[in-house]
Amino acid sequence: MMTLPEALAPIAANRWDHVVVTTMSAVGPWPALSDSPLDFAYIPSSMGQAVPLGLGLALAKPGRGVVVVSGDGSLLMNLGCLVTLAQHDVPVHVVLIDNGLYEVTGGQAVAGAGKTDYAGLAKASGISRVYSVDTAPEWNDTAGIALSGIGPVFIWLKIQGEFGKETPSAPRPMAEQIARLQKALTS
Amino acid sequence: MIHGPAITEAIATAGFTHVVWIPDSHLGTWNEALDAAPGLTLIRPCREGEAVGIAAGLMLGGAKPLVMIQCTGFFEAGDAVRNVVHDLGLPLKLLIGVRSARAAKDGKSKDSCPTFIEPVVTAWKIPILRFDPFTGTENAVLVHLNTLGTLPSAAALLWAE
Repeated sequence: MMTLPEALAPIAANRWDHVVVTTMSAVGPWPALSDSPLDFAYIPSSMGQAVPLGLGLALAKPGRGVVVVSGDGSLLMNLGCLVTLAQHDVPVHVVLIDNGLYEVTGGQAVAGAGKTDYAGLAKASGISRVYSVDTAPEWNDTAGIALSGIGPVFIWLKIQGEFGKETPSAPRPMAEQIARLQKALTS
Repeated sequence: MIHGPAITEAIATAGFTHVVWIPDSHLGTWNEALDAAPGLTLIRPCREGEAVGIAAGLMLGGAKPLVMIQCTGFFEAGDAVRNVVHDLGLPLKLLIGVRSARAAKDGKSKDSCPTFIEPVVTAWKIPILRFDPFTGTENAVLVHLNTLGTLPSAAALLWAE
């Protein structure tokens, strides 16, 4: 297993000009690692909608890479999105932060914690590029490849859960985030 | 009765670039026309809330999507609609098929869909347009889709089935 910062640092180091959509626990530490106009802190969110949002961005901007950092609880709310994503040849890189917990609500276990084979789910949905990573050194070695090339890509990271974390907040208001992102996408 | 080619032309004329849809027995008859429409990209999600999320990403990327779903799916998609329209402030455009609307109007249906769709759309503070394809003309559907497309805010066109 790795910590959340160990999971996020290689993403920041290998994000190139991808749009990076962060959700839930990843929103808090991300601005310290990256403060690009191509960052989108999806909070307040609708749980489970980050992957669809990333797909929509990629379809609107053909060729633009999109990284979606999603929690396991969020993905479980909308597993069908993997089937939808697999229909499209788009460079969307789904990074699953699997800590087995609803971390921001106090650390309750998600359904199937520790048992669900997310790589199997992604493959069975039709996604051919699937990575399953257990440790920080392995992720450091893999991130450059996993976050580049053709997509879609599904990356399953096993993370140590943390208890007592507060609900994160976005680094700037949503309207400002959207204006910044749209300007960066059109420039 | 308005058929697939006419509605597809109206959608494209209104400037929509993508149709994100889950068909029902009425909207599904437009499948062939939508698939063949030049300039329109058809996207097939698995669930209606997901359709709204995809539309949000499309709008962030500068596209102009139309979400086409049945009212049952709109009921399911509530949190996604709330988030996209009110948290993100994006001008989500929906065409919502209202199951049993015509039968209910004639007092011949016990389907609860027509009872709840307008109160629920209104609860999300989304302006409503209405169209009956059995009595409306092709020109009228053009006008309705154009109005839907040009409204600066989110809006929903309730399509009687």
